[in-house]
Order: sequence, then C-alpha cells, then structure tokens
Amino acid sequence: MATQILMPALSPTMTEGTIVAWHRQPGDQVIPGDVIAEIETDKATMELEAVDEGVLGRILVPAGSENIAVNTPICLLLAEGEEETALEQPLPPVPASVTPARPEPAVMASVDAKREPGETRLQTVREALRDAMAEEMLADERVFVMGEEVAEYQGAYKVTQGLLQQFGDRRVIDTPITEHGFAGLGVGAAFGGLRPVVEFMTFNFAMQAMDHIINSAAKTLYMSGGQMGCPIVFRGPNGAAARVAAQHSQDYSSWYAHCPGLKVVAPWSGADAKGLLKSAIRDPNPVIVLENEVLYGRSFEVPVDPDFVVPIGKAHVVLPGSDVTITAFSIMVGKALEAADLLAADGIGAEVVNLRTLRPLDIDTVVASVRRTNRIVSVEEGWPACGIGAELAARVMEEAFDWLDAPVRRVTGADVPMPYAANLEQLALPGAEDIAAVAREVCYRS
Amino acid sequence: MARSATRTAGRTTRPRRTARVSREELLKLYRMMLLIRRFEEKAGQMYGMGLIGGFCHLYIGQEAVVVGMQAAVEEGSSVVTSYRDHGHMLACGMEPRGVMAELTGRVGGYSKGKGGSMHMFSREKNFFGGHGIVAAQVPIGTGLAFAHKYRGETSVSLTYLGDGAVNQGQVYESFNMAALWQLPCIYIIENNKYGMGTSVNRAAAGGALAERGAAYGIPGTEVDGMDVIAVRDAGRKAIAHASSGKGPYILEMKTYRYRGHSMSDPAKYRTKDEVQRMRQEHDPIDNARQRLARAGVSDGDLKAIDREIRAVVTDAVDFAQSSPEPDPAELFTDILVQD
Repeated sequence: MATQILMPALSPTMTEGTIVAWHRQPGDQVIPGDVIAEIETDKATMELEAVDEGVLGRILVPAGSENIAVNTPICLLLAEGEEETALEQPLPPVPASVTPARPEPAVMASVDAKREPGETRLQTVREALRDAMAEEMLADERVFVMGEEVAEYQGAYKVTQGLLQQFGDRRVIDTPITEHGFAGLGVGAAFGGLRPVVEFMTFNFAMQAMDHIINSAAKTLYMSGGQMGCPIVFRGPNGAAARVAAQHSQDYSSWYAHCPGLKVVAPWSGADAKGLLKSAIRDPNPVIVLENEVLYGRSFEVPVDPDFVVPIGKAHVVLPGSDVTITAFSIMVGKALEAADLLAADGIGAEVVNLRTLRPLDIDTVVASVRRTNRIVSVEEGWPACGIGAELAARVMEEAFDWLDAPVRRVTGADVPMPYAANLEQLALPGAEDIAAVAREVCYRS
Repeated sequence: MARSATRTAGRTTRPRRTARVSREELLKLYRMMLLIRRFEEKAGQMYGMGLIGGFCHLYIGQEAVVVGMQAAVEEGSSVVTSYRDHGHMLACGMEPRGVMAELTGRVGGYSKGKGGSMHMFSREKNFFGGHGIVAAQVPIGTGLAFAHKYRGETSVSLTYLGDGAVNQGQVYESFNMAALWQLPCIYIIENNKYGMGTSVNRAAAGGALAERGAAYGIPGTEVDGMDVIAVRDAGRKAIAHASSGKGPYILEMKTYRYRGHSMSDPAKYRTKDEVQRMRQEHDPIDNARQRLARAGVSDGDLKAIDREIRAVVTDAVDFAQSSPEPDPAELFTDILVQD
C-alpha cells in the first residue's frame, strides 16, 4: 500500500498549516532528504523533506491550500515495486493523538473588539502586536526593538515580522542569547533617553534577567527621588504553550504584579494586544507585556486607527451578566467566555471581566461587578499560591465583603510544575468546564 | 602583593614624573581628590555617630581613579558605578550638600532621602548611579553607550566596576555585546585588591583583569591608579579609541582602599602594615601635593586649599543635619511617573 505523507506538526502549538508549493510532482523519484513541499505555519515557512525513498504517487492537497490540519494526508508515496493501483486502495484512518488538542476556535467571538470605536479589520494577535510596534516606531525615533531572533529570523514567533525591513538594523536588533545582559543593556539605554522594547523569546527566560527588571528598572525612579525613571517595555509570550513541559510553560503574572514600580498588562484579544502594547511603549514607566503564544494565531477585529490605545489600569467587561462575576486575563478570557456559554444553558448569567492590566489592578471595575452579581470566580493559568486570584480574593473581601453572597473562589492552574504528557498537561490547565463548575457552586446550582 | 609581580601580560602605565600637566590642572585635580578624601573621612565619622545608616562604602585611597578619568572625558559622557559611589558623584560635579544629605536620609539629598549611600543619580550631571547589586551597572553602562551610539554622539560611557564584580557573568555578556556592536564604553576596573574580604588572587583565575576582554577582542591596559596623571593619560587614550568608533576599552586601575569594604568591616584579611605601606608610599593626594610643591606652589597656598575644602565639607555636614527628614507623604511618591 502507498505510504501516506501527513501534514507535519512543525512547532509545539501548530494545529494547521498552508501548502505553499509542491517541489516534486507525481511520477518523480524521491530519496530521503529531498524537499517535496514548502509549508507555511503561523511562525515560519518550512521545507518538508522526504523520509522514505519512492515515487511520488499522488498529491492529495494542492498547492495554495490553507488551514490544512496537522496529520491530514497530503500526498502518497509509492515504494519500489508498488504499482499505481496501490493508490486506489482505501486510505487507513488517520492516527488520532491520545488526547485531542484543546478545542479552540480559530476566530474568537470578537465581542470585545466589536465595541472598539471606528474602523476595524480582522487580524491575528501576532499582527496586532507587530503593528503596535511599527506604529510607535514611526511615531517616535527613540523607540527600538531588541531581542533574540527579532530581526533577521523575523521573530521566533514571527511577532516582529517585517520590522527589520521597515526600520533597518539600527532599530531592530538581534541580540546574542544573553537575557541578563540585554535586559540590563535595555535599562541603561532607557536611562540614557531611549525607549527600548525588549523581547524575551518567552518569559521563562526572563528569570535570568529578573534582577535588572526589578532592581534596575522598577526601583530606580523611587531610589532617585523621582529624578530618573526607566521607560522600557519587556514583552514576550508568557504562560503555558503546548507540550513543552515545566521549564517552558509557566505563568509569571503574579511575580511581576507583586512589584511596585512596574506596570503589568496581559492582553487577550487583538485589540487588547495592540492597544495595550502601544500604551506600554508610550508609558514613561517600565511595563511588562505578558503575551500568550497560543493566542498569537487567533484572529480578532482590531481597530486600524493609529491613535487607538487601550488604557493601562482599566479592566473591561467583555460580557455583561447578573448572576456571577468571572474575572480572567490573557488566554483565560476565552475560556471564561466559553464557560459563560455553558452557564447560559443552565440559565446562569455570567459577567466576564477581562482584567487587561494586572498592576495597577482595576479593582473598581471588579468591585462594581461584584456589587451587581454578589459572586466572583477568579480564573488564571498560574499557580494558586499568592496568585492574582489570591490578591483579588483579598481585595474583594476588603472592599465588597457586604455584597458577597458566596465565598470568593479561584480556578487556577494545578499547583505542580507543568507536566509533558498530553493528558496530564490538560489536567493541569483550567478549562471552560472547570470554570463553569465553580461558577455553579457559588450560585448554589451544582 | 605577589600577584602583581607575576603579571607580565598587560601593559602598565607607570607614573611619569615628566607627565605633561599644567600647574592649574594639577591644582584642580588635587582639589577634587582632597574634597573626596575629606568628604569621605567626614562620612565615616558621621556613620560612627549614627547619623548615617545602613551600608556606607568609602572611597578613601582610590580618589585618583575617578578624578583622573573625569579629567580625560568630554562633557556629555555618562558615568555609572557600583555602590562605592560618593567619589564619583563629587567628581561628576554633584553638590557635596546633596550627597551628604542623602547619606543622612534627608529631603535635601539627591534622592530626597529615599536612595541612600548606594543609590544616587543626577541626570543633569549625567551620573546614572549608584547601583547596589554587584556588576548590575555593567550592562547598564553598556546600554548608556548604546544610547550614545544610537544618537550618533561622540560621547562615551564610563562604566566603573570593582575587582569583585569581574567574576559576574553579566560582565562578559556586556563585553560581548559592546564588542559586537562597537559600543563606546570604557570599562574601568577599580582593582583595590579585595572584593570585600577576598583578595583578588583568591577570587580571580587567569592573568591581569585588564585582559578579561581579550576573548572579545577588547583592548585592555593596566594603569597605576594611585597616580592621577597616569589615570588621565590612560583615560584619554581609551576614550579616543571608543569615541572614534573602535568600540569598548578596558582600563584596570591598580588602586587600594584604606578603609574596610564597608563601615562594618573588621579588616582581618590584611595586615595593618600593608595598609600603612600603601598610605605612606602610594597615596595619590600626597603624590599630587609633592608635585605641586615641586611646581612651586607654596605650603601656605596648599594649606589654604585644605582650609577651603574643610569649609565645603563642614557646610555639607551642616546642611545634611539641618535638612528635614522626608515628609511621611513621600513614602508613596515616585513609584511611577504619572503621565
């Protein structure tokens, strides 16, 4: 029987790809290492090489086909001696992975973005972030971008795609792999009057740079009696990616939100991403922008106005409801909206608050919501101890105790280092069902 | 120290009795070194009286390093250093009053009393701190150099670090980027022979600290850091190199601190004789005074300078004691720039 060649997974979070071109045609002999096709993922364009020897029998997915799911058969290879009739035999079922990928719609309901004023266009979060940087670089000569692979590689996650071509290597700078060093260098450049945007390939690696983020960037304004601040943006993907295990999957939200002298934002939608990053670059303080790798490829309606910004320090009620408040940020806003759908089926109206900024926390919006719903469930991907939910629980108790009809509850990531196994990883992360279950409990409807 | 005798790799700029320096310039340098010396002696006394708290790292013995470098550098260049920073601030032209009042934690201090000995800054004088974490100022100084280059200026970053800091990884991360991008950064290693209580030869493997940039192609020179003119001349050479676009330069200043690492240092790791010998034979201020005498400056004139400096320091002390403590409301200001 002919060998099926499947759409390969070319990154931890890739779920689909585009066949850009076929480099071999039916009837061509191929040997291992031959490039048979070119595949574009959301991160890069890669070459697909043959692993087996044979003759290309049939192309199943023509060039130019988009959104081809991983593991879809894309062509058939005939081994030596196999007749073309082998191509006519029925295809065996595609092997399913043990645990299916978490279901995520490719285009999120852009409830949030639709409320943004003015003209919008459908964009991925990745493109929204890139546009935010490009617009601010056009507006302010002091703004430059530095980090690992931001320039020639076009961004390890393609967030800085095209910036090198647009602005040149004076303002888009590839650094060596040297987080402690380039974070400190960025701080010095900010002291010296520039506006650095420092990309961490992921925030997991920013632990190497923590001393400069906290001791050098966050504290200097205070230590100088207000004389010298540090206008710098540290940005990059934060939180769990997919199947990369403990050292590459961690939510640092509460680490940064703990520290005075920093502002911390965690966008969910494309509009959040663009508007908050633009605000961060314009801000005279050090701002941590916690992006999310899984969200990079999601599309949302994003305002096109170059003056569009999302103010730092303001939460946003994404979905109004009267029975229970669900707070979330970053990728968990999507989960909270899914949970709200599940709850609506039970007749429970959930109000979903997208926190957007974690420091300063917009406690007023949260408290106002709790006064309407009398119940609150906090959702985050990070660990429970000393987390964002722990802080919210304390603040809500301090400021809205008399309005609470049920204990404040938290839905968090499991209190364990992130496991690799697909089933365990899924168990470690909060899902819509987990959120809905806790929301039903605080509504005494479980 | 046996160590210096074994070092042959680096080039040491010896004190040159014939170095060209005008009487006026030497007087200016002498005056600044003396100001730092008297200021630091007074700070030590005030610490003993409980008027200065926390950590207090005195610069006594090392005055020629920063004063010589400031004599070499053009206006507009930036300076950043570690926590042994009082001398650097005075040499950059910051007011003794504001520095002393910061030491006493008063509102008249450069940081309104919120920074203390280790954390003072002056944007106006291009002094970027005062950093309390060993070697953290090295990438910061490299970033200041980056900003100079980004704006197309010829000014440079003078980034000071101690012999203890040279074993931190971020120093080499900085050397690498500075060399890669040809940044105008002068790394001035103030080798006072001890990182806290650990002598350099018990902490640093390999040859001269001046050679620590060799792997990155960064030139380095050993300099007699007790001789202000030798420092100035080495500084000029390094600055000419960096500001002409040739990239970073390392100067290893062989110097000595007479006092402990901080005020709470019992100094059991070295003999009194060693300290005494350095004071008697290599003191940078005595050295300059003798040169001035040879150049015909009278004893009376030198004594007048001494009186004048003492008056400046006394004035700073009076100010630092009479300036009020910060208002309690200051606790919650300056955390974020309000836009």
